[in-house]
Amino acid sequence: MAYTLLGKDFTPPDIRAKVTGEAKYAEDFRVDGMVFARLLTSPMPHARVRSIDASEALAMHGVIGILTADDVPAKASPQQTILTNEPVFVGDPILAVAAESETIAQDAIDKIKIDFELLPFCVDPLESLYPGGPNARTEGNSVTLNFGQPIPPEVNEKKWTARDFAAVEEGHLPTGEPTVQWEYGDLDTGFEDAALVLEESFVVASNSHHSMEPRSALSYWENGKCHVFGSLQSQSFAMNTLSGLIGIPPEDIVFVAEFCGGGFGSKGNPYPSMVIPAHFSKKINRPVMLRISRAEEYYLGHARSGFQGRTKIGFREDGKVTSIDLYLVQENGSATGFPDINGFSEGASLVYTPEAMRLRGIFVSTNTPPRLAQRGPGQNQMAVTFEPLMDRAAKELSIDRLAIRQINAPTGDALVGAGREPVTSAHPREALAKGAEQFNWVERVKNDGQRNGSKVRSVAVATAFHPAGFNGFDGLVVITPDGKLNVHTGVGNLGTYSYASTSRVAAEVLKYDWENCVIHRGDSRKHLPFNIGQFGSNTSFTMTRTNFVAATDAMDKIKEIAAMDMGGDPEDYDIGEEKVFSISDPTQSMTYAEVAQRAIELGGKYSGIEGPEDINPITKGGLAGIAGTGLVGVAKDKLEKHGLVPAFCAGFIDIELDTETGKYEILDYLGVVDCGTVLHPQSLATQIKGGAVMGFGMAATEKLVYDPQSGLPANVGLYQAKPPSYLDVPSTMGWAAVDEPDPQNPVGAKGVGEPVMGGGAASLICAISNALDGHYFMRNPITPDMIVNAAAGRPQSYKPLQVNNQ
Amino acid sequence: MSRDMMPHFELIQPSDMDNAFEVLERYGEGAWKLAGGQDSYDWFKDRVKRPQAVVDLNGIEELKGIRETPEGVEIGALTTLAEIAESDLITGSFSLLAQAASRVASPQIRNVGTIGGNVCQDARCWYYRAGMDCYRAGGNTCYADTPEGMNREHCIYGADRCVAVSPSDTAPVLVALDASMVIRNSARERIVAAQDFFIGPDVNIERMTVLEPGEILTAIRIPSTWAGSTFYFEKVADRNVWDFPLVNIAAAIKMSGNTIEDIRIACAGVECVPRRLTVVEDVVRGSSRDEETADLAASSAARGAIPLNFNHFKIPLLENLVRRAIRDS
Ligand SMILES: Cc1cc2nc3c(=O)[nH]c(=O)nc-3n(C[C@H](O)[C@H](O)[C@H](O)COP(=O)(O)OP(=O)(O)OC[C@H]3O[C@@H](n4cnc5c(N)ncnc54)[C@H](O)[C@@H]3O)c2cc1C
Ligand code: SF4
Repeated sequence: MAYTLLGKDFTPPDIRAKVTGEAKYAEDFRVDGMVFARLLTSPMPHARVRSIDASEALAMHGVIGILTADDVPAKASPQQTILTNEPVFVGDPILAVAAESETIAQDAIDKIKIDFELLPFCVDPLESLYPGGPNARTEGNSVTLNFGQPIPPEVNEKKWTARDFAAVEEGHLPTGEPTVQWEYGDLDTGFEDAALVLEESFVVASNSHHSMEPRSALSYWENGKCHVFGSLQSQSFAMNTLSGLIGIPPEDIVFVAEFCGGGFGSKGNPYPSMVIPAHFSKKINRPVMLRISRAEEYYLGHARSGFQGRTKIGFREDGKVTSIDLYLVQENGSATGFPDINGFSEGASLVYTPEAMRLRGIFVSTNTPPRLAQRGPGQNQMAVTFEPLMDRAAKELSIDRLAIRQINAPTGDALVGAGREPVTSAHPREALAKGAEQFNWVERVKNDGQRNGSKVRSVAVATAFHPAGFNGFDGLVVITPDGKLNVHTGVGNLGTYSYASTSRVAAEVLKYDWENCVIHRGDSRKHLPFNIGQFGSNTSFTMTRTNFVAATDAMDKIKEIAAMDMGGDPEDYDIGEEKVFSISDPTQSMTYAEVAQRAIELGGKYSGIEGPEDINPITKGGLAGIAGTGLVGVAKDKLEKHGLVPAFCAGFIDIELDTETGKYEILDYLGVVDCGTVLHPQSLATQIKGGAVMGFGMAATEKLVYDPQSGLPANVGLYQAKPPSYLDVPSTMGWAAVDEPDPQNPVGAKGVGEPVMGGGAASLICAISNALDGHYFMRNPITPDMIVNAAAGRPQSYKPLQVNNQ
Repeated sequence: MSRDMMPHFELIQPSDMDNAFEVLERYGEGAWKLAGGQDSYDWFKDRVKRPQAVVDLNGIEELKGIRETPEGVEIGALTTLAEIAESDLITGSFSLLAQAASRVASPQIRNVGTIGGNVCQDARCWYYRAGMDCYRAGGNTCYADTPEGMNREHCIYGADRCVAVSPSDTAPVLVALDASMVIRNSARERIVAAQDFFIGPDVNIERMTVLEPGEILTAIRIPSTWAGSTFYFEKVADRNVWDFPLVNIAAAIKMSGNTIEDIRIACAGVECVPRRLTVVEDVVRGSSRDEETADLAASSAARGAIPLNFNHFKIPLLENLVRRAIRDS
């Protein structure tokens, strides 16, 4: 379908402020009487606070007050606490001090004496599962997340037997009793029928989110309302969680989150440190700013879950996967965590379409930062684990590496996971085919393995997947008497600009000139509808639907008003050039400005004085705020959606690896995506390339490791955690999209933010392994030391399932 | 745990050497000499090192600049790494140093970081930097040299309670170029060969150089002996910028036809001091430059290395870098 706005580049309205520096992030706000808070965080990975002596600190000039765990709502284990007397990781906040300046606050903190009792701690899940092994929490070591259910998470003690450990040969993952499992198909027959069965144990490293904007927050109370300025990927979706964390109803909260300097999943929903200023401000009756430093961001800013795992995969002669047996031990950090196991296993079931599959898994607590979703949570760990195995199978079965991916790739009738859930559309095959052509795969693989002194050329391909869309949220638009279309969006602004590209759907439906549209967002006082946040690659799918239904509702009302004023039925009218006109006599028309004025006069549903019953209370609040200001379009998204919305990325890479130094140069990268209709080409290009860069880090440079002796993180700065630098990635990268509309989205859109990272990560891992003539490390990141050892035919320094190796 | 907040400190900004010495004497061990601050600020911000007074040397003009002398070149200690990387004098005669300087850290750090600061920088062992009370910090244990210690970046030579390495990219170059360090205090000037400037834990576990509290490194002199020789510098780090070397190598070679007439070769990242590879020098001196010599050099490069649990790779890496220095220079 040809669109006027969709698929075209445009300048999102927040770019100017970002470029000029006018953009205000949470820590840029200043209010009268504001004081600064600093945190005293745990120096130990697990401890009990026996006593706190803050007398000297509180006596200091300029110190205003102290906030301890006794002043904030408690959280049931294993939920992350706001402040705690039983810290469960190094850097866990114990108390906060407020002072006239940050330096004074820190000086005061240095004077506080805490008597700690060190408790058993653990940074390696397998060690915790061993009989008698340490538990990360006093209540146990195994978490049941109850994700998405109204029941709170639980933590229990779970140990495997010594026999479980003794039964496996060296280097293989023991497979003791799992806490989650599912299965479909006939696993054994699949393996029996297989021409090749691969069985490997593996390690996937944890990663920090490295959000450029640390999670600072400011709060104050005014006229009974608590104002929170925070760094978040969500806006309206945040209100209920904030309400829970502060302990007041959502309508008593003003939440400002206009800009967010990256979150990558770690700022999906309000997090405990965000509400420390709110509680502190209430206690000392002063506005409180809590700036989080870069190092603190590493301590408490969450991380991706790592895995120790084991898999057995059967392949037919032609490369088709028959059965997958998967065991995952998820390093779940110190709190509730995130169900990466689901993402990993469901991802494998879709990307390789095995006829039979079994998952067994367990979430194990460690005394490391709380885990949260990170870009492709589970799916991208799956990609870096399984894609090299596809290469290995291709090699052993003498099949082209592109072909083995093609034969396994899902189509629109694929089913996902144990629930055998359908998908809305799936075009990874087209992505692979398009990429192969654009990358000139057939010619390039001829260079594969070419040697130039100590350098080896290596070409590789990989696929990655992530779900990309939800439904059931609300849309809200108003045409005001000045003729403008006001799109109210409560989605949040992670920095991807998709809040804007999805708002353009309302303009497209109403045939608006984009210049005459205004987006309202970033502040709960701006009458925003209830929308999900910017996570899970969902915005493009979810928000095009909400804006579509709201704009459609507006269009219906416009035509009704036209019929009312100019005669006939609504069906007799059409819209164009910001007018509604009679189809039979286009000279009979009303401008949108006139219609808006009429809507105000008519009231009722037309001006939003009445609204649908089924919209969320937050949308009702937003609607009440704009009621009577123009013609209102408001609706809940009840459009058809059955099944999972999948997005795919095929990554093609060409590297030259130096076997003597373990270094490589990425000569070329191309990412091709299946994201449905392309909404905003420039923004899509930056997602594909930026995602690939993040993926290269996951594959080969990033570190997030904990000292087994002390529980200390070894990486608390960007230079230690090592996301890729400009000089580690190619200066130009290619991108393309399949551009096949998804049938269950009104404009055909799907999201794509997450698989683009997996495509980059997995393709680089495959290329490195391929350059080493098929040396599959079965772990990430693959750093130069590992490559040098492998190329020299020397053993690696780490043990096969060891985590926190360097 | 994390402090990450700059504390107040007394900042003294002398404008000449006499003034600087006077302040250094006044504060003794409590004084901290500040050049570009790229090593120092971390310590201060983490509140791990808390000097009484910070003596900023940036106002002392005579400590800056690159000068040609009858014997070679003299580089003021306060000259930035960026200036060195771009200097015609250095790129012309001692491109080895320009190369190394241009691979230090990141452009931003090189714009303020000085050569003096770079050779005087402290160990980068992360336990030590995290404020742990290890040997180097005056305590009585080493966290890195244990069965579980994270020691991928640590030494394979010269362990003596401490297993930290020299992290500098320019230090091995200065050793290879046979540079000398000009050191002054209020009373005297002394000249120390680059090779003797750096000290291991066996000499003093809390310091990396011979500098005494009241002393300032004023300049580095590079003799013309190795000017315009065949040079080789390579640094291997996890990332291509903004990253310390895992191992680096610096070689100055005098060729006569295809024969290696003389050579000085040194590396960092393997010992607490930049390590001069005298065995390699002896092996290749007088040999023709070919694959066989390169292989011989490589096989002798890591003799006697004792790796820790996570740094075995430094042996093949050092061997490979030596091979390349001979083969590809
Ligand atoms: C993220 C990061 C990455 C880095 N990567 C690298 C790298 O890849 N390679 C590398 O070689 N280095 C690296 N460094 C170290 C950095 O290059 C050096 O710290 C820098 O060159 C130091 O110079 P400076 O002038 O800033 O030192 P300062 O911080 O000012 O001083 C460092 C030390 O030297 C002393 N000092 C300085 N000048 C004198 C003098 N004239 N006389 C006596 N004492 C003196 C100071 O007292 C202090 O103890 C990195 C540093 C950081 C923060
Ligand atoms: S290697 Fe040296 S600096 Fe590091 S912990 Fe051991 S003694 Fe301290």
